[in-house]
Amino acid sequence: MTTTSLRVDVATAMAPMTRRERVRWLFADTFTIAWRFLAAMVRMPDSIAFSAIQPMLLVLLFRYVFGGAIAGVHGSYVNYLMPGIFVQTVAFGAIISAVGMAEDLQKGVIERFRALPMARAAVVTGRTMSDLTRNVFSVILMTALGFAVGFRVETNAFAFLAGFGLLLLFSWSLSWGFALIGLLVRNPETAQLATIPILLPFTFASSAFVPVGTMPGWLQAFANNQPVSQIVNGCRALMNGGPTETHVLIALAWSLGLVAVLAPLAVRRYTRIA
Amino acid sequence: MPERPAIEVRDLVKVFTKGRVRALDELSFEAAAGTILGVLGPNGAGKTTAVRILSTVIRPDAGRAAILGIDVGQDPAAVRRIIGLAGQNAAVDENLSGRQNLLMIGRLSHMGRGPARRRADELLEQFELTHAANRPLKTYSGGMRRRLDLAAALVAEPPVLFFDEPTTGLDPHTRQEMWTWTERLVRGGTTVLLTTQYLEEADRLADKVIVVDHGRVIAEGTPASLKADLGATVLLVTLEDHERATKAAALLAPIANRPPVVADSSLEINVDDGPKAGSEAMRALDGAGLAVLGLVLREPSLDDVFLRLTGHRAEGAIAEEPPITAAARAAP
Repeated sequence: MTTTSLRVDVATAMAPMTRRERVRWLFADTFTIAWRFLAAMVRMPDSIAFSAIQPMLLVLLFRYVFGGAIAGVHGSYVNYLMPGIFVQTVAFGAIISAVGMAEDLQKGVIERFRALPMARAAVVTGRTMSDLTRNVFSVILMTALGFAVGFRVETNAFAFLAGFGLLLLFSWSLSWGFALIGLLVRNPETAQLATIPILLPFTFASSAFVPVGTMPGWLQAFANNQPVSQIVNGCRALMNGGPTETHVLIALAWSLGLVAVLAPLAVRRYTRIA
Repeated sequence: MPERPAIEVRDLVKVFTKGRVRALDELSFEAAAGTILGVLGPNGAGKTTAVRILSTVIRPDAGRAAILGIDVGQDPAAVRRIIGLAGQNAAVDENLSGRQNLLMIGRLSHMGRGPARRRADELLEQFELTHAANRPLKTYSGGMRRRLDLAAALVAEPPVLFFDEPTTGLDPHTRQEMWTWTERLVRGGTTVLLTTQYLEEADRLADKVIVVDHGRVIAEGTPASLKADLGATVLLVTLEDHERATKAAALLAPIANRPPVVADSSLEINVDDGPKAGSEAMRALDGAGLAVLGLVLREPSLDDVFLRLTGHRAEGAIAEEPPITAAARAAP
């Protein structure tokens, strides 16, 4: 039945991997796991439709519910609002990293992964990479819709794309954190519930929708210095203009810092429990 | 020089702190290359824990195990390259198609894209799944799913396979089918460790059987030798109730090879000369005024071995083993 034997002998099996091979396989395995989620997603068109509806709905609701009421912000409120909605949407989109990771832990397929010669970390890195890919589409969709409801880039295409990149980097840093939550609570329902108390204050007590200046002083202190505001400010600077460098650098530092802390924690947690 | 056993297990201990369960209690056994080792035991006996340690999924608290001479604790990465895992816990991805699942496992086993694809198609054909290759697994029947499960373990053609209760929850027809597949595999020189609660399964497939209860081996041998240990014949007597059965057991103890076992209103004894023992039993019970409702003479089964060794029937459930990943996959 089998033409060529794939069977490995003991010596080959025991040959240690070089550092280079290890890195190469980490990338290859991450790609395979990311492919696993994306291939599964393509098979569920209804789930794609629903996950597309949420960002679109957020854009439309915030644009038309708040868009009229809040004036007095310099320039167009739509232009002011849109980067905030983008950040909020990728933040809420990260819930899927928590739920997905917790769901995976409850499935037997993880048990099989553990018995395969794959890089263990790839189960988590693959998860965050597939979430990143999904976010690319959701941000494109939101931007297109944003343009349709009056959003205009006030800087240039390059700066706008840089803002887009900043947004995706932030979404990726959140994926790690939320995957970690999923790994900690291990139950999809609990994971979903656990993310809400984090998301609500960070997205609403921020500069995403309104200028922080109207909030009480103690809240301002939080709102000014928390990552969501920093990312929003960075995106705004890149998309709407104004002083750019500091905002963007702070936003980059936050995102990279979050990845640097959360990624190892998530991977370690996974290798410990699974 | 005798060949080194394909699977060597020495004094494995695993304690689950959660339930303070001593899942493995100095478990030791060996499996020769190219044979099927049946690991027989009730729910919670430690079978799955042993498989998870041997397949490097979890680590033992003490003891050592080696696959083809490679220590599972010292070089788990190497062990993963020579083993395949199938069964109740090692599932496949529900949302992917059969082909996608096999392709994924091939890639994660570090096969090239081309070879992984060819191997997936080959296995789909071999397990008669080609017609369903592109359908998501959710649409598979129970038998098809188990076949894919088995195929998934074989992707990288590992020389050592672990099948953890591969037929639990399957209908008799599908179970037969799985047996045929497993038998075909071993013809190719693969070593298989198969855990099961079904004595019939061990009897049919295994070259050697170990009986495990409370995390240790309580008997081992070929199915035939285990049965032979019991004596040539089993005499099953049914009485009116449990109380009478207990009285009868005391009465018949002198003619039995081992102490009689009473279950409900029946009792079982092992004897060397069946017909002679049968008539003796009838006389003795008649003399004591105990009415015999039924009397059966039969060949001992592994079930009898089990009953004898553990004092309970094989399928009587004991406490469930605590899984680390809550891998409670619903039986389809």
